This record gives sequence, structure tokens and C-alpha cells, in this order.
Amino acid sequence: MTSYIIRRILLMILTLFGMSVIIFALLRLVPGNIADILFDSAGFIDPQEKAYLEAELGLDQPLWKQYWDWISGLLTGDLGFSYVSELPAAEELGPRIPITAKLAGLALFFSVLFGLPLGVISAVKQNTWVDYVVRIVSLSGLSLPSFWLGLLILMAFVSYLGFIPIYTNPPETLWEELLLYSIPAAAVGFRASAIIMRLTRSSMLEVMRQDYIRTARSKGASETTINYKHALRNAVLPVTTIIGIEAAFLIGGLIVTETVFNIPGVARFLVEAIQWRDYPIVQNLVMLIAFIVVVVNLIVDLLYAVLDPRIRYS
Amino acid sequence: MRFLKGARLALAVTVLASTAGAAYAEKAGGILKVYHRGTPPSGSIHEEATTSTNMPFMGVYNNLVLFDQDVAQNSLESIRPELATEWSWDETNTKLTFKLREGVKWHDGEDFRADDVKCTWDRLTGENVSREMRLRKNPRKSWYWNLKGVEINGDYEVTFNLGQPQPSFMAMLASGYSPVYPCHVDSKTMRTAPIGTGPFKFVEMKQNENVTFTKNEDYWNEGYPLLDGIEFTIVRSRSTRVLGFIAGEFDMTFVGDVTPALLRDVNEQAPTAKCDMVATNVSRNLIVNRDAPPFDDPNIRKAMALTIDRNEFVEILTEGLGLVSGAMLPPPPGVWGMPPDVLAEVSGYGDVEANREEARKLMADAGYGPDNRLNVTISTRNIAIYRDPAVILIDHLKEIYIDAELEVIETSNWHATVARKDYQVGMNLTGVGVDDPDVNFFENYACGSQRNYTGYCNEELQKLFVKQSSMTDQEERKKLVWEIDAKLQEDVARPIIFQGVGGTCYQEHVMDFTVPTNSSYNAWRFEDVWLDQ
Repeated sequence: MTSYIIRRILLMILTLFGMSVIIFALLRLVPGNIADILFDSAGFIDPQEKAYLEAELGLDQPLWKQYWDWISGLLTGDLGFSYVSELPAAEELGPRIPITAKLAGLALFFSVLFGLPLGVISAVKQNTWVDYVVRIVSLSGLSLPSFWLGLLILMAFVSYLGFIPIYTNPPETLWEELLLYSIPAAAVGFRASAIIMRLTRSSMLEVMRQDYIRTARSKGASETTINYKHALRNAVLPVTTIIGIEAAFLIGGLIVTETVFNIPGVARFLVEAIQWRDYPIVQNLVMLIAFIVVVVNLIVDLLYAVLDPRIRYS
Repeated sequence: MRFLKGARLALAVTVLASTAGAAYAEKAGGILKVYHRGTPPSGSIHEEATTSTNMPFMGVYNNLVLFDQDVAQNSLESIRPELATEWSWDETNTKLTFKLREGVKWHDGEDFRADDVKCTWDRLTGENVSREMRLRKNPRKSWYWNLKGVEINGDYEVTFNLGQPQPSFMAMLASGYSPVYPCHVDSKTMRTAPIGTGPFKFVEMKQNENVTFTKNEDYWNEGYPLLDGIEFTIVRSRSTRVLGFIAGEFDMTFVGDVTPALLRDVNEQAPTAKCDMVATNVSRNLIVNRDAPPFDDPNIRKAMALTIDRNEFVEILTEGLGLVSGAMLPPPPGVWGMPPDVLAEVSGYGDVEANREEARKLMADAGYGPDNRLNVTISTRNIAIYRDPAVILIDHLKEIYIDAELEVIETSNWHATVARKDYQVGMNLTGVGVDDPDVNFFENYACGSQRNYTGYCNEELQKLFVKQSSMTDQEERKKLVWEIDAKLQEDVARPIIFQGVGGTCYQEHVMDFTVPTNSSYNAWRFEDVWLDQ
């Protein structure tokens, strides 16, 4: 097991190195740079001033040097400066990461909280009205874009309650924070919960037909024990994989949800930084996301062994 | 003309009424909450050309003179003193001397003096400027073509030396784009944490979150500002921010942010809110790359201008509220533009069918017809306000044997593309900071100007730009301005399609705020705005 983890960590380092090269190259392949964009708000481009600006920001250096400066800075904890705000990138990213982390965590929590039990219920009550209702809800989750759902929620709040649950000032208490993030988390988690619900249902249906379930039933085990101890434990393996993948994909949903609910997290910030060609912000943020994805993948793989004792890593 | 006199009278009555009302009812305190459409590019007004910077940051600064914030229409008659207490022209009308207010302090406690004024205009003209003080971008350098230098006469007097008389120089100084900067603060600080003498001190700007300002307790205008502060919350989604305004989360919308369609929602769901749908002085216009064949043929350019049905643009895109115009904003909101009857006589503005018949003849002369259509690419910025008119333009071009396809350019790359002249035909938007011919002509149409995107250069017309600039008789000058404007349209310099409109809304408890009608860039000092709460 230890040697497996060491191998995976080495692989992670290799993956992150590959990611760093790809994101660095992709950003430079996109037309325009920060100098073009900064001049955009002035309505013209002065080639001489643009050249000064590029030199000021180090964009006139050879690409290998730009890459080395960035990566060596990253390894020593120096993330550079945001081209737009001219503030240290760490100062820009620091306060935003917890916001998105909380939102993503809450969204994932909601999606598992609703997705898993409803999937089990839907499977157990197959072809009853309960199953139909759960399936319709899950289909809605898959087909409603989260930005549209978010806007509908906002419109409903304004029309019926006379207030709008968007972020305008930082929440002061845990309760305020929970209230503020719950609605967008539910909106973005709806899709993930629908996927988890459907996968749990189909996985459960498959397991329920297995011999060992019939054996458990014939031995007189209660339905709750059969469903949750025997069936769910075996059905949950593919669901775990999906939860891991969804955790990585949540960032996509969060971009729109953070925009609609005006939450100043890193997801929306990343898009803006890409539009501004704010290389230090984009590069460091993408590396952070890549790091999270590879770590989550590792955790999911390790969880397999915990959930299914038949799986052994060597 | 009678209308203009009437309008001035109405404005004067409004000013008197608002001043009288304010004397009885003004209340101090409270934070004005405004939503903003996106993070401002910086806090340095001199380096930007966008309301995204002007609206939040104008309150940080003072000008020498300023357009009266209680008068909706900016004009030479509505200029009021600010850091200057009085001013005078010499007998040649080329030396403009300002006596400066004493006892004014910068937000960092330093004294304001005459050398700050000189430093500011040295930065703008690029004269005697160190690297730290140099403006990274200087979009309005062309405004000061006639400025020969600024002289200091003691600590509290300055003289602007001009090459020739230029009455509009005062209009430029009165714009929100002309704040006085401190000599002792470098350009980077002015971008990130600006220091001014204005009614509000900068507190912080968090990207994607907010920009906040607090009351300047040491403000030279005693008793002002009335607000304790202003908070601009950045809300990227237009639907969300307008819903936020309807829900009462914000006291004011961003300037011109409410479209005619959204205005109906606001009126219906927030009936107590006050909204003004006014001209923004931002025109939609056609830019043609006159160096790229076949557009080097003036007849083809002319044919393209002739096929435009401006009223159709106005109807479709602004529900009939936009204004057909030349380069200058027409009355009633504008001071210098051609009125409809004069405009109707300009080539391309009359009967659309007759114009298109003429255009087809020009195309036929150039060798194009129903069986030999010209294929072109129309480039535009990937934003709805650019894309939508471009689509209508494609339809109009079909009428004269031109098949166009739309190329949307990522917004961040638009000016770079235009600067490289890497386009054939473009749909463009042009905002004019001050409703004044000098500003518009020299910035957008003068030979060699950086914002003259098409590179149009007509030496004869250039002489007329200079001539009108020096004219002191406003009525005579206006006639010449109309003549120039008509010629610009006939030359297809940058055919103006229409002037856009935008709605600005504020809650009923926001008092003594006036929505500007002929520029979106000059009305944001917020010094005497107060909240009736």
C-alpha cells in the first residue's frame, strides 16, 4: 500500500508538471496579452507604450525564462503579482479560495445528501410513483442549466419574499454564511445530485438482483439491513467514482453559479483572469485546481480499498 | 433654436428648484450603494476611457472647473469653479489664468498647490515626466494639441498657454476626465490607491467584489459631502444586478445599464424607483479599412454608407428610443449635433430606397451586381451591443450586392485587431467624453489621432477642425460644426448609424442626483447627493 501511494505521488508530480507546461503554453497561444487588454479600456493601442508595458511585466523575455521564473517562484511560494490589480497574486487568491471551497463542499454535501438516499429509495421502490417522481426530479437536474435555475431562484425570492439572496458583503456569522451559500450550493449541486441519484439507482438495481441479496433475504434479514448494509455497500463503488469526478467538475458549475449569485470566489475570478490574460493568476489557479483533482482522484482510489476489502493495492 | 432656449430655461428652473429644495431638506449620513458592471480597469481616470472608472472614482478627485452636477446637459454655460475659484482669458484669448483655492489638502494630508496643476498637464502632454509619473496609457493626449504649456504664478495661480484661442478648452477641463493629480504621487499608486482632493477617499478595490469610498472629513467645501461613503458592488450578471436593484439591495444602478426592455421590468416591479432613459453619447458606427481592396475604392465605401437604414437600427435595437445622428449628438440632448431637418439633407440620411438605388449604381460601376456579389467579412467585438447592430448591417448590405459574414473577435483583442487594421469592415462603438466638437473631431477624426481607427485624414477638413475650435461666436461655430459633420458622413470617415440610449435608475430616497443627458462620463462627483432615509 505504501509503495502504491509513493508511486501515485510521483505520478501526481509528473501530471502537475505536464499541466504546468500545458497551461503556460495555452495561455500564450491565445491571441492578445495583458498589454492589449489594458489598452482596451483606453480605446486605443500605442505600440511604444505597449512595448514598455510588456517589458515592465517581463512579457518580452524568452518563453523558457518566463516559464522558469513562474515555476521557480511557485516552488518557493512566490506566486508573482496580478497584472490587473498590481497586488501580490497570493493576496488576490487567498481570500477567494475558502469561499469557493465552502461553496463546493456544501454543493457536494447536498448532492450526496439527496442523491444517495433518493437513488436507493428509487431502486427499492422501482416502478412505483415514488420511483417516477424521483426520476423526473433527477431528469430535471440533468437538463436544467445551473445558471437558469439560479436565476429562477433569484426571481422567485425577489417576487415572493422581496429580497435577493446574493453576496454583497462578507457574511459575519456562521449562520449568515450557511444561509448565503446554501441556495447557490443547492443550485449547483442539483445536477450532481441527479447524476448520483441515477447512478445509485441503476447500481442498486443491479446489486439487488445478485444471489447474496436473495440469500440475505432468505436468512430473514430486514429490508433496511439488506438495502443499506448489503446492497448499498456494494453499489456505492461506482457512485464513489462519480462523486470524485463530480467534485472535479464542480468548478465548471461554480463559474456560472458564482456569477449569478455574485459570489466572489475563485471560479468566477479564474474566468475573469483568463479574459484579462492575467497570467500569474490563471497559471497558479489552474495549478491549484489540477492539484485538487489529482488529490481527489488519489483519495477516491484509496477509498475503494476501504469500501471493498477485496481490492488490494500493491 | 427656440427649443434650445426653452431647454436652458427649463434646466435653470430645475437647478433653482433643486437648490431651494436642498436648502430645506438635506440630510447627512448613510452609504450610497451602487452596483457596478465589472471591476474598473484602474482608479486612474487619466489612464482610462471608460465609465467603469469614471463613475466610481470621480468622487476621489477635483477638477479646476466642473460641469454643474445639478444640470443634466453639459455645455459651456454649465461650467462651475472647483479647485479654481475664478478664471480669466487674456486679450488674445490664448492665456487662461486660474486662481486656485487655498487650504485644500490631498487625502494624504499634503497641501494642494499650483505645481500639482502643472504636473497633471505635464503628465497629459508627456512633457518633463519621470518614468514613475508617466501615464501608462494616455487616451486623451489628443485633447491637448493646442496646449503649449502650463505656467505657475506663485503657489495659487496657474496659466494655461494655448497656441490659438480655444473656447472648448474650458469644456475639456470641466469634464470628469480632467481631474487634478498630486505631484508627489506616482502613476502606479494613482492606479491602485488613488489620492485626490475630492469629497470621497478611496478605501479599497477588490477585484470582482467591490470598490469602496469613505467621506473626506477634511473636504474643502464645508458641510459636504453629505454621504458617509459610497459602495460600488461589482455584479457581473446583468439579470442579477437589476433584480438586486428591484429588491432594494442597491440605491442606484450603473449608468446606462438598464435597457429599454429591462426598464419595463423595473417600472413594474419597483414602481417607486426613478429611472431616466437618456442618450449615452455612445454611437454605433461603421469602420471600413480604406487600405484593403476593394474598400480603397471610395465609391464602394460610399455605397456601404448609403444602404444603411438608420431608423431600422433604432427601432430594432432601442425600441425607437435611439437617435439618428451625425458625429455630434443631436438636440435635444446634444448641444452641437445637427437637428433632424438639417440631417435629412446629408448624403445617406434621406430616403432609404433612393439611397439604395444610388448605392446599387455605385456598386455596378465598381463591377458588382446580382450575379457578381461582393463577399466581405464584418468584424466586431464579441459583446451583444456590438454584435446586434452588425447582424442588421449584414442584412442591409445584401440590398447592394454585398454578402457579409460576421467575424466576432474576442473582446480583449478588439482594439488590437483594429490597430493592426486586420479587418475589412467593422461594427464599432464610440463614446464621447464631452459633448464638444473639439473633443470628438480631434479624438476620432484628426489625422494621426490614435483613436482615429480608420486612419481617415482630410487635410482640408483638418483645417476646419482648427478653425471651428478657435471660434468664439457659438452660433457661427455651430454652423461650421454642422458643415464638418456633414462632410465627415459624406466622406464615409466613420459613418454614424445611431446614438445609443441607456437607463439609469435610482431609488426614491436618493436625492439631488441628476442623470446626465449628453455624456456618461462627467456626473459622478456625488458631493451633494444625499439619502432621505
